[in-house]
Amino acid sequence: MTTVDTSPRTRVPGSENRTLNQAVRQYVGRIRGGDMGALPAILGLIVLCTFFGIKRPVFFSDGNFANLFTQGAQVTIIAMGLVFVLLIGEIDLSAGFASGLCASVMCVLLTKHHVPWYVSVLAAVAVGVVIGLTLGSLVAKVRIPSFVVTLAAFLAFQGIVLLLLGGGNAISVFDGTILAIDNNNMPPWLGWVILIVCAAGFALQQMLRIRSRSSRGLGTDPLSLIALRVLLLVAGGGLAVYFLNQERSHNPLRNSLKGVPIVVAIILVLLLVWTFILSRTTYGRHLYAVGGSAEAARRAGINVDRIRISAFVICSSVASIGGIVAVSRANSVDSNTGGSNILLYAVAAAVIGGTSLFGGKGRVLDAILGGAVIAVIDNGMGLLGLSSGAKFGFTGLVLLLAAGVDALSRRRAAATGLR
Amino acid sequence: MTATPLLQMRGIDKSFGPVQVLRDVDFTAQAGEVTALVGDNGAGKSTLVKCIGGIYPIESGEYLFDGRPVTVHNPRDAGTLGVEIVYQDLALCENLDIVQNMFLGREKTRGIVLDEPTMERMAGETLDRLSVRTVKSIRQQVSSLSGGQRQTVAIAKAVLWNSRLVILDEPTAALGVAQTAQVLELVRQLADHGLAVVLISHNMNDVFAVSDRIAALYLGRMAAQVKASDVTYSQVVELITAGRSGELGLPLAAVDAATDPTASNVAIDLGDANGAEQ
Repeated sequence: MTTVDTSPRTRVPGSENRTLNQAVRQYVGRIRGGDMGALPAILGLIVLCTFFGIKRPVFFSDGNFANLFTQGAQVTIIAMGLVFVLLIGEIDLSAGFASGLCASVMCVLLTKHHVPWYVSVLAAVAVGVVIGLTLGSLVAKVRIPSFVVTLAAFLAFQGIVLLLLGGGNAISVFDGTILAIDNNNMPPWLGWVILIVCAAGFALQQMLRIRSRSSRGLGTDPLSLIALRVLLLVAGGGLAVYFLNQERSHNPLRNSLKGVPIVVAIILVLLLVWTFILSRTTYGRHLYAVGGSAEAARRAGINVDRIRISAFVICSSVASIGGIVAVSRANSVDSNTGGSNILLYAVAAAVIGGTSLFGGKGRVLDAILGGAVIAVIDNGMGLLGLSSGAKFGFTGLVLLLAAGVDALSRRRAAATGLR
Repeated sequence: MTATPLLQMRGIDKSFGPVQVLRDVDFTAQAGEVTALVGDNGAGKSTLVKCIGGIYPIESGEYLFDGRPVTVHNPRDAGTLGVEIVYQDLALCENLDIVQNMFLGREKTRGIVLDEPTMERMAGETLDRLSVRTVKSIRQQVSSLSGGQRQTVAIAKAVLWNSRLVILDEPTAALGVAQTAQVLELVRQLADHGLAVVLISHNMNDVFAVSDRIAALYLGRMAAQVKASDVTYSQVVELITAGRSGELGLPLAAVDAATDPTASNVAIDLGDANGAEQ
C-alpha cells in the first residue's frame, strides 16, 4: 500500500493560527477563485454613488442620504425574506403582493375596524405566516414547482387585495405608531447608543469566539484582523449616524428633522436575528444543506419538506413586515402596494448582494447590500430626471449583470474547484 | 477466525413483487476485517446492503449483530447498532465545509447555538485517527475537494459516530490511480482500528489489495464466502460470472436453476453449498 502524502499539515487540519497577512491572502484567493461574496455589490455601490454624486451633487446631501433608507426599506426587507427561499433553490414571485395583502389586512383592521395598531400588525404577520405555510406545502408536499405556485399566488393575491379594498380604493392610515415607522427618526443620541452597543457586541462576540476556539486548541484569527473588522464597522456606522444626525429640515425651528430613521433599527434587528438563525443554529445549517443537496440532507435525517415549508413561511412573514413599512411610507394602502416592480427589485437586491439563484449560497446581509444598490439606482436616476422607462430598463440591466456575475462566478469557481 | 462475527445474515430472502432478488443468502462480516462483496450487475449486492442498512425490510432469514438476533426496520435502527453505509454518490453538500458535512443532521449544540469548536475538534481528531493527510483544511468547502478527498470525507463521516460496521459501495469506482490507493489505504485503516468493513467493488485488484474475505453473489444467491488468501483472481471471476469454480460455489443444479428462467420456481436444497468456508 502506498502512502500518498501530497500536502503536509499539522495535527488538526486548519487549526493553525492565521496571521493578518495570511487572512488577506486567503480572502484574495477566494475572490480570484470566483467566490466574490459581497464584493460586486460594494464596488457597484461605490461606482454608482460616485457617478450620481458627480452628476447631481444633491445626491450627497444629508436629506437625500436619509431618503435612501426610507425609500429602500420595503424592497430590502422583502429581499431579506427572499434570501431564505433562494437559499433552498426555490423562488417566491408572490412576496411583493403577499406584502401588499398583509398590508391591506392591517389597514382594513386599523381604519375600518379601529383595532389597536399592535393587533393589526400581528394580524398582518399572521397572514404572512399562513401564506407561507400554504405556498410551502404546495411546493414541498404537492411538489408543484415554486415558480408556478408563486406565480399563481402573485395573480391571486392581487385579486384578493382588490376585493379587500373594494376595487381601486385606497385606505388611508392615521395611526401614529404605524406612520412613525418609515417617516420618523430616532433621537440623535439613540443612534450613537445603538452604534456603540452594536460595535461592542460585535467585538465581544469575536473575542469570545477566539477564547472558545483557543481553549480547544483550534486556530484563531489574529487580533489585528478583528480590530480591523470592528474599526470598519465603527467607521462605516459612525459616518452614517453622523450624517443622519444632521439637521435635514429647511425650517428646523418649526419642524426639526434629524436622526437615524426608525426603519433602520427595524432592518438592523431583522438582520441580527436572521443572521444568527442562519449561521449559528442547527436550523440554519439545515437550510444551507437542503439548498446544497436535498438528497444529502434527506439521508442525514433532515426533514427536507419541513425545511422547505419553513423557508416560505419566513419569506412571507418577513414580506408582511415589508408591507407594513410600505404602508407607513405611503400613509395608505392601495391595490398597487407591493406591486409593480417591488418584487423584481427585491429579487434583484438579493441576487446583486451575492445570494445565488441556484441555492445553497446567501446571507441576509446580501439583501441589505443589494437593497442599497437598488435604492441608489432608483434615487439617483430620479434625481437625474430620467423617465420611469429608463429606470426600469437600467434596473433590468443591473439585475441581468448580477445574475450574470452569479452564473459566471459559479463557472469560475467550478473551474478552480471552489464550487 | 473463531470469534463470533459482528454481522451474520442467515438465509435472507428478498423479492420485489414477482422478482426474487435475494434467495437464502448467508453473509458474515468480522470485526477487524475487510469483507469484499462482489458480484455481477444485478447479482443483489446493493439489495443485500440495503437490507443490512434497514432501507429494505428482509422477508425471511436472520439478522444477527454481535451474535444476537436484531430487527432492523429503518436506517435509524441500523445507525443505532453502529452500521453506516457510504453510498456511491456520497451525498455530501458541496456548499458546506468538511466539518459541517461530517456533522450534518447530528450537529453538536450548546443551548440553541451550534458548537463549532467542538465539532471542528472532533472532526479533526477523526481525520487524524484515520491518518488522513490529504486535506489542507477541514474548513474547506466540499466543492473544492477532489473525488478521493470527498470519498475520504464520506468515510470519515461514517466512522465519526463510533460505528462498528462500515459498508462502502464502490468507493473507488470514479477515482484515479493515486486516489484509489489513498482510499484503499483508508479502508484498510478502518479494519485495523477494529471495525468490520464491507467493501463492494467490481475491481478485482482493489478487492485483492485490501480484503480478508471475499463474498461472491451470483444471481441473488451467495456463491461462496471465502478467505481472500485461499482463492485466486480467476476463481473469484468464475464465481462472479458462473456461480461456481471447481469445488467452490453453488452446486451445478442450483446454477442451472438460477440461469434457467422456467425453473425459477423449483425449490432447490442448496445444502451447505453456501460459503465453502463456514
